[in-house]
Parts: sequence; C-alpha cells; structure tokens
Amino acid sequence: MMMIFGIPAPLLFGQLLLGLINGAFYALLSLGLAIIFGMLNIVNFAHGALFMLGAFVAWGLLEYSGIGYWWALLIAPLIVGAFGVVLERLFISKLYKLDHLYGLLLTFGLALILEGLVRNFYGSSGLPYRIPRELQGAQDLGFMMMPNYRGWVVVAALVVCVATWLIIEKTSIGAKLRAATENAPLVQSFGINVPRMITLTYGAGVALAAFAGVLAAPIYSVNPNMGSNFIIVVFAVVVIGGMGSILGSIVTGFGLGVVEGLTRVFYPEGSATVIFVVMVIVLLARPAGLFGRAH
Amino acid sequence: MGISRRALLATAATAATALPVIRARAQTQKLKIGVLTDISGLYQDIVGPLAIEAVRLAVADSGLAARGIDVEVVAADHQNKADIGSNIARQWYDRDGVDMITEGGSSAVALAVAGVSRDKNKAYLATGPATSDLTGPACNAATIHWVYDTYMLAKSTGGAMVRAGGNTWYFITADYAFGHALARDTGTFVEQAGGKVLGGVRTPFPGTSDFSSFLLQAQASGAKVIGLANAGTDATNCIKQAREFGIKATLAGMLVVIADIHSLGLDVSQGLVLTESFYWDLNPRTRAFAERLRVRYPSRRPTMQQAGPYSATMHYLKGVADMGVARAKADGAATIAHLKSMPTDDDAFGTGLIRPDGRKIHPSYLFQVKKPSESKGAWDYYNLMGTTPAEEAFRPVALGNCPLVKV
Amino acid sequence: MAGFSRAQTGAFWLMVAVIAIAPAILYPVFLMKVMCFALFACAFNLLIGYVGLGSFGHAAFFGMGAYVTAYAAKAWGWTPELAILAGGAVGGALGLAFGWLAIRRQGIYFAMITLALAQMSYFICTQANFTGGEDGIQSVPRGDLFGLFSLKSDMAMYWVVAFVFLFGFLIIHRIVHSPFGQVLKAIRENEPRAISIGYRTDDYKLMVFVISAAISGLAGGTKSLVFGIATLTDVNFPMSGEVILMALLGGMGTIFGPVIGAAVLIAMQNYLAPFGAWVTVSQGVIFVVCVMAFRRGIIGEIAARFRIAL
Repeated sequence: MMMIFGIPAPLLFGQLLLGLINGAFYALLSLGLAIIFGMLNIVNFAHGALFMLGAFVAWGLLEYSGIGYWWALLIAPLIVGAFGVVLERLFISKLYKLDHLYGLLLTFGLALILEGLVRNFYGSSGLPYRIPRELQGAQDLGFMMMPNYRGWVVVAALVVCVATWLIIEKTSIGAKLRAATENAPLVQSFGINVPRMITLTYGAGVALAAFAGVLAAPIYSVNPNMGSNFIIVVFAVVVIGGMGSILGSIVTGFGLGVVEGLTRVFYPEGSATVIFVVMVIVLLARPAGLFGRAH
Repeated sequence: MGISRRALLATAATAATALPVIRARAQTQKLKIGVLTDISGLYQDIVGPLAIEAVRLAVADSGLAARGIDVEVVAADHQNKADIGSNIARQWYDRDGVDMITEGGSSAVALAVAGVSRDKNKAYLATGPATSDLTGPACNAATIHWVYDTYMLAKSTGGAMVRAGGNTWYFITADYAFGHALARDTGTFVEQAGGKVLGGVRTPFPGTSDFSSFLLQAQASGAKVIGLANAGTDATNCIKQAREFGIKATLAGMLVVIADIHSLGLDVSQGLVLTESFYWDLNPRTRAFAERLRVRYPSRRPTMQQAGPYSATMHYLKGVADMGVARAKADGAATIAHLKSMPTDDDAFGTGLIRPDGRKIHPSYLFQVKKPSESKGAWDYYNLMGTTPAEEAFRPVALGNCPLVKV
Repeated sequence: MAGFSRAQTGAFWLMVAVIAIAPAILYPVFLMKVMCFALFACAFNLLIGYVGLGSFGHAAFFGMGAYVTAYAAKAWGWTPELAILAGGAVGGALGLAFGWLAIRRQGIYFAMITLALAQMSYFICTQANFTGGEDGIQSVPRGDLFGLFSLKSDMAMYWVVAFVFLFGFLIIHRIVHSPFGQVLKAIRENEPRAISIGYRTDDYKLMVFVISAAISGLAGGTKSLVFGIATLTDVNFPMSGEVILMALLGGMGTIFGPVIGAAVLIAMQNYLAPFGAWVTVSQGVIFVVCVMAFRRGIIGEIAARFRIAL
C-alpha cells in the first residue's frame, strides 16, 4: 500500500474527499454571510442561529405537517428568509447609519434569543431527522464508502453557490445591488427602491443559511447549539476570503475544508484551531482577505 | 422621614397575632434540599428538570411529612459554570438554610461544590458528575458520590465487551481530561480482559460536529469495536455519522444514556453498546419507580443521572430521620458518616452500600440498543448484555488515594 | 479629586459608601463577584469607550489572570497579593502580545483578530497541564495577606477585593483624565490628524491595550481567590460576550457605567438561576434593547438627562 507522509494513500484520499465535502458545506454557509456583509455592511452574528432555525423548521415541517425533506428544502428557507426580512425591517435597518459595532452586538443578541428560546422549548439533546430514503446508502469507491447523501450535499452546495455568484455578478439585478452598496443615494435617484432591495438581500442571505440548515439536519444532530459550532468557522472563512467577496468565500470555504481535513489526519487535536491560525495570518498580511477589496 | 405610627402599630399587631402561630409551628421540623443542576443548557435532558422531580418524588415516598418533618426542595441552574455553581452552593448554605445539595452536574462544578460543602460542614450527594477523583484525591467527609464514575463505565463497557467477543478496539476521544481518562481507563480494562487496543484519535473539544474523518480512520484500523470516549452531542454525532458511512464495527458509547438514544432514534443507534447503572425497565422495582415518576413528569423516562437523585434523597432522608433532624442540620460530616453506616435500599438502584471513601456501590449493567423491530414503543430501548456485580464495578478503595482512608 | 467633575466626585464617594455599607445588607460573596466583574468591565470599557477598539476576546486576559493567580497560590504557595499581581502581570504580557498583532487593524477586523486569538488561548488552556483542563484549578487557598492576615473569612477577603477594585478604578480614571488621556481622545476623534501632529498613535493604542489587559488579569486573579477556582469558563467566548454586555448596558464611554452594568448583570444571573432556562434569552433581550433604544446605557442615560458627565 502506498504511503504518503506515513499515511496509507487510500486513507489520505478519503480524508481529502471528506474535506472537500465539508468545504462545500462551509462555502454554502459562508455565502449568505458574505452577501450580507458585502451588500449591507452588517456582520450577521445571528447567521449560525438562523442556520439552526432552518434545521429546526425542517424538523418541524416533518413533525407537525408531515412535510418531507424535499419540500422542506424549498419551504424552510422561505419561512426563515421571511423571518429574516422581518428582523431587518424591525431592527437591523435602524442601525445602518451607526458604527458597525452595534450591528454586530444586535445580531449577537438576536442569536442568544433564538438559541435560548429553541433550547427552552426543545431541549438540548437534539431531535431525530432521517436521511431521505432516496439518498440513503453509500457508494463503494474502493478507498472508502461514500454516503450518497454527502455526494448530494456537494452537488446542491455547488449548484447554489454558482447560481448565486452568477446572479450577483452577471445579472442586472445583481448589478443594481452592487451599485447600491457603493452609492445608495445615486442608485435611489434612478428610481430603484434601495431599502427594499437591501431588505430582500438580507432575507436571501438568511434563506441561504436556512437552506444549509436543512442540508445539515440529516447528518448533524439537530440541536440548538449546532449553529455555534459552525459560526466561528464560517466567520473565519468569510474574513479570509475577503469580507464581501462572493467568489472569495466559495473558494476559501472549499480550501479551508481541505486544510481542516488534512489537519485531522496529521494533527487531529489541532484541527479546530488551524482555522484561527490561518485567519490571524491572513488578517495581518492581507486584511482585506484573499479576494477582497479594502473597505 | 420616619416610620409612621400607623405602620408601627400594624407591625406590632401582626407580630402579636403571629406569636401563637409560631409557637405551634415549632413542632414541625424543617429540612431544605437544594438541587443544583443544568436546567437550561447542554445537559438539561440528562439531568435537569426530571432530576428535580425525582427529588420531589423521593421526598413524597420517604413518608417524612407524616412524621412531622417538613422537607422543602429548591432548585437552581449552575449553567455548567463552576463559579456560578460554587456561588449558589455558598449562598444556599450561608443564607438560605439549605442542608443538603444533590445532583451537582459537571465534574468542574461538582468538585467546587464538594469543597464548599466541606468548608461549611454540610452534606453533598453528588449524582451527576463522572470524575472518579471525587472518591480519590478530592474525596472529603462531606461528600458521597452516587450513580457512576469513569472507572465504572470503563470497566463495564471495556471488560464486558471483550468477554462478549469485541476484543480489538480503536478510540475516538474527545480531547480533554474526561475523554482522555475514559479512553485510558477503558483501554486498560480491554487489555486486562485479553483484548488489544489498535489505536486512537483525539478530536477537538468542544466544537467538532463532523466526525466522519475520524470514523474513517477508525475503520481503517480494522478494529471490531470503536470506543467513543466522549459524551453528549459528540457521541450522538459520531453515532449518526457512523450509521451514515456504513461503519461495520460495533460502537461502544462510553458515556451515552437513554436520553441520547431517544434523541437519535433506534434505527440510527441500534447495536450501540453502553453502560448505565439504572434502566427503568430492568426489574419490577425500577418499573414501579418509573411509573410513580411518570405521573409527575410524563414526557421522558429517567437516565441514571436522573434516577440517582431519587436514590440519594431517599437514603439521606432515611438517615436524617434516624439520627434526628437537629443533629443532621448541625453537622454535615456527621450526617454523611451516618449515611455511610447504613446500607441503601430503594426502588431505583436496589440494595447497595456506601464505602468509607464516599463511593456508593451498586451493580453496573452493559446494555445493547435494540433494533427497531425489537422495541415495543418509546423508551423500550435496551437489551441487557451483562452485569458487573457491585463489589467489582468500582475502583478498589486501596487504589483511590483518598486521604480519608488510611491504607 | 483631580480630574473628576463635581458630579463624578459625588458618584465616586457614593460608590465608596455603598462598598463600605453593603456587606451588612447583602451577601458579601455576591458583592465580591460584582466588584471583580466591575473591574473587568471597566478595563474593557477603557479600550472601547476611550480608544474605540472593540475587543471580542477580552476573556483571554481575565481567564489567564485567573489561572495564573490560582496556580501561584495553590502550587507555589504565594501570598495573595503577589498571586494577584502575578495574574495582572501575565494579563498585561498577553495583552502586549495580542495587542501588538491586533492593533494594526481596526473595527471589525480588530474584533475578529482578538476573537481568533482568544479562541486559540482557549484551546491552549484546554490542553495545558497547569490549567487542569475541564476540571480547572480547584481548592485554591486564599492564603495570608502579606503573610500576616488570614483571608479565610469572607469579610477579610471583601476588604482586599474592595481595595483592588478601587485601586484599578482609580488607575483607569487617572489614565482618562491626564495628558495621555487627552491624546487618546484626539486619536478617537480624528486619528489621521493626531498622526499628522506627530503622535505615534499605534504606540498609544498598544499601551492602552496592555493596561486594559493587565487590569483584566488583576480582576480575574482576584476572582479566582474569592471562589477558589479557575476554570475554562473564565477564558471562553461567552465570558467575552458578557463583559461587552456589561459595558453596553452600563454605558460605554462612561466611568461608572461598567460598574452598574456588572452589578445588574451579575444580580440577574444570580436571581434568575432558579429559572435557568431564561438567562440566555434575557441576556439576548438586553443586548437587543440596549442597541436599539438604550445605546447610552444606564449611566449614559442618567448623565444625558442631567447633562453631566459620569
């Protein structure tokens, strides 16, 4: 058996593949955050809690209405996205003129409220959610068994990421959005309803988080803390990629997934911290991130 | 500004009418028990509100009210923070007249509360924590450790599994002291029973949700048993993902309890091996206890850490009634010493006794999670695989380094 | 009192009076906890209120101070005043290291760097031997002050904590109301202009960072002696979040704000403990309410109402 750095090759390939799968997930999750920061200049600390909400709504749809996974993929993001729109209208929009710090603190507080409420009503052990029947089972790749569901996650994440990037970079709506972030009054004077666009953008970012939540429900324990495990990593991804750069988050998400995967093989205890080390290095060397533009 | 004359007169009048009542009340003796637990956080389903209810049930079952002893139960949330827990314990003992604290939560909180209880000479019956240090270097005259510890878990799951055929092991270990201790102790028992530990990997704690990489490494080792030296969400994520990746080896959850199985569901967790010292469906006595508890708290069945406070409170109240309430309230260490002198007997844990180092001993049970087809309904989750008798289930006193015990 | 306005002097003596009388009415251990956290919040507020740098990882200094003091008192048998000073010194040293890295950036990037560095410290603390990992350092002896006065009694410890708190509070005040403080104000209001006048603003910012970290370490060390424990909770992210909330609730940029904020929050934690479930939610609600409608915080609102500076 071929050994690479002391690890058997099949195991290494397996870990790389796992790293890519996780990376796809990170990319999807950080996409929403990057959009919200890039377009609204709000650091959405509530992103993890909204991701968690997506998973819980999916569970709820099944539990209370018998609505299964495939519909939940569509409905849960819509519900949570609508909730995000309400949050923006009621709270966040009032803070645009203030120091960024307040937006951060507000969303931090919102996250506490959401997690606390869900924990109060549903406990902390987690709720069961099955992998949908069509996606159960695994493919034997020789060096590992790859669960069909994980393959689906990569495909779904890639599709959504690419679609989002296309919308923002290549369509006229995307162009108006990008223009509005650079010079809102000017764009407003063209007759475009900028506040409404911003509200909908926040809703879209939140919906992306919820979509990731539904994808996560079958494989991670659906509990109130599931967001806080990811939120720090996702922040790191967005910061490293360049806050506001869509392409940056996508590429960095995948990249960090691979880095984390490799660390898990060679130095498992440190695999949670390696992301921070990279973040500090990038922040010092290139504060705007790998793909970002200096704000 | 002074106190108005009217207010003064009113106060005097009330005091005068209250006096006869106070004199009559002096006949009833009062005890106060504090349940310090995790009401709202990570462990609320493993201890939490059901543990509090179990204590109330014990007070009712003890029959002390009929003997003129009025037992009040208070509860508070330590939020898994040692200084909040220690602060509440202090306040309860100093200001609020609490005589005994039970539950006590995570090991960091429990160690702190044990220290406070010793300093204030009150009684602490620890039913929640896992650290075997409570009957080892950290033992004291004010503390009894109920329900389980890491040694019991390691010996039962490690030793009994090897005897049942699972003789090659690989550990997925949460990277902190508890995880390390579990993995190390279990490995020792595996090897003593004739098995072999093929390797292990340490996972960052806390903060890991995805264990697929580690599970793959475990599978690559070829071990028949994968030991999950972790607890809570780490364990449930491992189990869920092992099912997803079609891992063939048997999973041994070192600290997995019925609440976790309930949240996973049987189709994901079937075949999992674990140790508890209590199961509601084990025998007629446990079933009777579980039914009485269900009347008060219908939505869940108790884990061993939720049945523990019942057993501890029953024994405490028995001991206090025996030695006299006044004496028990005045001297916590004397109360604990008295409790150690009496054998225990309750519906939840059956008969048992308490050793000089503060360790309560009882049998430990190795369970395997049923297949969905074998289960008759919710909470019917376990098949009994093996029993370790009480005398062997816990670390021998001589090996503990407990300062209370001269060896 | 030099530098205090009349209102502030009044408030200061009121605070001293409360500290002197309160233990007769309220539980001393609770009051000691409030003072430790009030000092921590004041130290944090120095950075955000007067220099405009919002650190999201201040728990690292508080927690490290707690660990070092606990270890010095327990394993090395140091007397309490030396142990606490050691905590402060280590806090300051850590502040120097982190500050040197973080000062280069501002705003959200500064916050992210401090967060990342704090998380790394947390990770190191979970691994290191001397911290005792999950169990923390337990049974830390209070020892004898200067080797002479036993601190076992809660009241004896109380006066020591009160002294440390007032000492730290006055140092912070001194910094703010001094030529050094004037430069800080200039930096906060218009950094490019300050640079153009010739001030090396990064040095000033770093110095404040170190002082803030050192005082946080003092607070953490004192707290570990009061309770006799130092655990991972002290160095974890929620602790950083709580100190931000204390400053926000009390009034960022006011002198007495953090003290009130700490008192209110600790009291809330204490009295809501039986209702455990709602502590997180209520903290979140306070965050939201403060940011939306109560940005000046308690003291800030009072000060604005009476048109004084507090």
